[in-house]
Amino acid sequence: MSLALRRASFAERHAASLRQLRFFAWSFGRSPSSMLGLAIVLGFLLVAAFGPWIAPYPLDAEGAMNLGNRLKPPAAAHWFGTDEMGNDLFSRVVLATRTSLWVGLTIVGMATVIGVPLGIAAGYFGGVARAVIMRVTDVFLSVPGIVLALAIVAALGPGILNGIIALSIVWWPGYVRLVEAKALALRNEPFVEAARAVGASNLRILAVHILPNCTSPIIVKASMDMGLAILAAASLGFIGLGAKPPAPEWGAMISVARTYMPNWWWYAVFPGLAIYLTVLGFNLFGDGLRDILDPKSNRG
Amino acid sequence: MALFVLRRLMLTGLMLFGLVLITFVVSNVAPSDPAALAAGPDATRDMVETIRKEYGLDRPLPEQFVHYVGGLLTGDLGRSIVTTRSVMEDLGRYFPATLELVLLSMTFGVLVGVPLGMLSAVLKNRAPDHATRFVAVSLVALPAFWFGILLQLLFSVQLEWLPTSGRLDIATPPPPFVTGMLLVDSVLAGQWATFADALRHAVLPALVLSFPCLASILRVNRAEMIEVMAADYVTAARAHGISRLRVVCVLALRNAMLPTLAIIGLRWGWMLGSTVLVETVFDWPGIGLYAVSSAIAGDFKPVMGVTLLIGVNFMIINLIVDLLYGVLDPRLRATS
Repeated sequence: MSLALRRASFAERHAASLRQLRFFAWSFGRSPSSMLGLAIVLGFLLVAAFGPWIAPYPLDAEGAMNLGNRLKPPAAAHWFGTDEMGNDLFSRVVLATRTSLWVGLTIVGMATVIGVPLGIAAGYFGGVARAVIMRVTDVFLSVPGIVLALAIVAALGPGILNGIIALSIVWWPGYVRLVEAKALALRNEPFVEAARAVGASNLRILAVHILPNCTSPIIVKASMDMGLAILAAASLGFIGLGAKPPAPEWGAMISVARTYMPNWWWYAVFPGLAIYLTVLGFNLFGDGLRDILDPKSNRG
Repeated sequence: MALFVLRRLMLTGLMLFGLVLITFVVSNVAPSDPAALAAGPDATRDMVETIRKEYGLDRPLPEQFVHYVGGLLTGDLGRSIVTTRSVMEDLGRYFPATLELVLLSMTFGVLVGVPLGMLSAVLKNRAPDHATRFVAVSLVALPAFWFGILLQLLFSVQLEWLPTSGRLDIATPPPPFVTGMLLVDSVLAGQWATFADALRHAVLPALVLSFPCLASILRVNRAEMIEVMAADYVTAARAHGISRLRVVCVLALRNAMLPTLAIIGLRWGWMLGSTVLVETVFDWPGIGLYAVSSAIAGDFKPVMGVTLLIGVNFMIINLIVDLLYGVLDPRLRATS
């Protein structure tokens, strides 16, 4: 009896949020493209988590050498074929998932940590702070990320860590733009006005009223950016300024594979397919999130 | 209007200064030893010291900055170690090739993206709409460098329809230099065979480069179109018996112009940036390939030169787009 009572009270207390959550899940599930995105993202995360157990030859990802097995086409023993060192490409593609996951998380994480506070400050306080922050943001946005990242990596020296630093430096301005617009619209809302009137400090207003109301667009952008950041890091790897072989990374693998074209086509095809699917998955997932969390801003 | 132009010009000047500041910080403050970087990877200790003195890298940073800006104002972007020419000269040599590619991609993106976006909107939530939207998302997610390789495999290696890389066959005589854009120069010289060859070389790289741009033009036009179709004046026009086709083509096309223009402004610099990848895949001798090969060789000045050039390009195009906006939409002049 008492148990039943407690349960009922939990459902009652959270009835509104539960109903909203159910509605979100329902409308997300109604869209096939969103569900496809979710499936790909989940698959990506699972492969990243269990990579060493999935890969049939985990040692091949660290640059083992099986020269007797060089450049074999896809077969039962090697689903994606082998590379110029005789390593199993399936294992390398699978284990590179982990690299991509932490590359994406780090870049997007850094970008939000830098960009969101600056955007909130610019939008909420306005005036000189806004002018300065937004002009700096505009300048960073005037050079395409990949070019500025190329310049920064050229200055710091090639390598995956420097690539991540460079991409984090070029990634934050997008978040400033996004959050600034949102915070600007929020600061004159009646509930913010009311909080100010009862004497809430700026810090409290920012933390309790502004930030929570900015989270939807941030989450949407972050999930899209996961894919794009992975693509950008792979691009640096392809150019030869990111991850260096034999470390398993999709872009760097395609870079090496290019010299083995066209006869050994599978070498480039599978890592590229992995990038494409990952970016597609995060994009579809982000698109789906936007449709339910932020339906008004359906921009291109 | 004059005030609007003036304000916009001042803003561009301010951004230009910011861009110069960023490239200065990246080239002179970020590296642990800028002199060693400027001297290149094979320099001896003595050479590095000479460069340090010569470039004034032993001076305080503000003084260095003034010196740096002074050099830029006289068009001095330094010298490339790999090509041994001045970076300014190299940029003049490689930029037309990139410009040709970007203009071609942009045209393709608009010509395909606008009609597809309109079609998608008219058939909203029907099968063709879902298909186009899925294609649009796919085009953004495709790694340009990988898809370029796949296209090479299919069209150049398998089908042998198109050349793999470069701008012209070795056997094709290049046209006399006028703009540096082979497609334009060959027409001016009346060399139609050269024109055809240049076009065959440009198809694949331009196609790959256009995809993300095409996708955004498509999506923006679809959204805009859906909004326009729901507007009262469209209902009124339909009520007056104007055909659906005419409404779509006349009213909507006119409304599609502004957002498409905005996308072109936003995507311009971005496409110049993507040439870094596309030109690498197709061995297209433009500024993107120039930046990449310099960066790999540890040759730093050209990379900074390309960064500045692309940034300046982006600012100028956006200035033009903003001014055009003012011309096309009088409401904006009043509010700004």
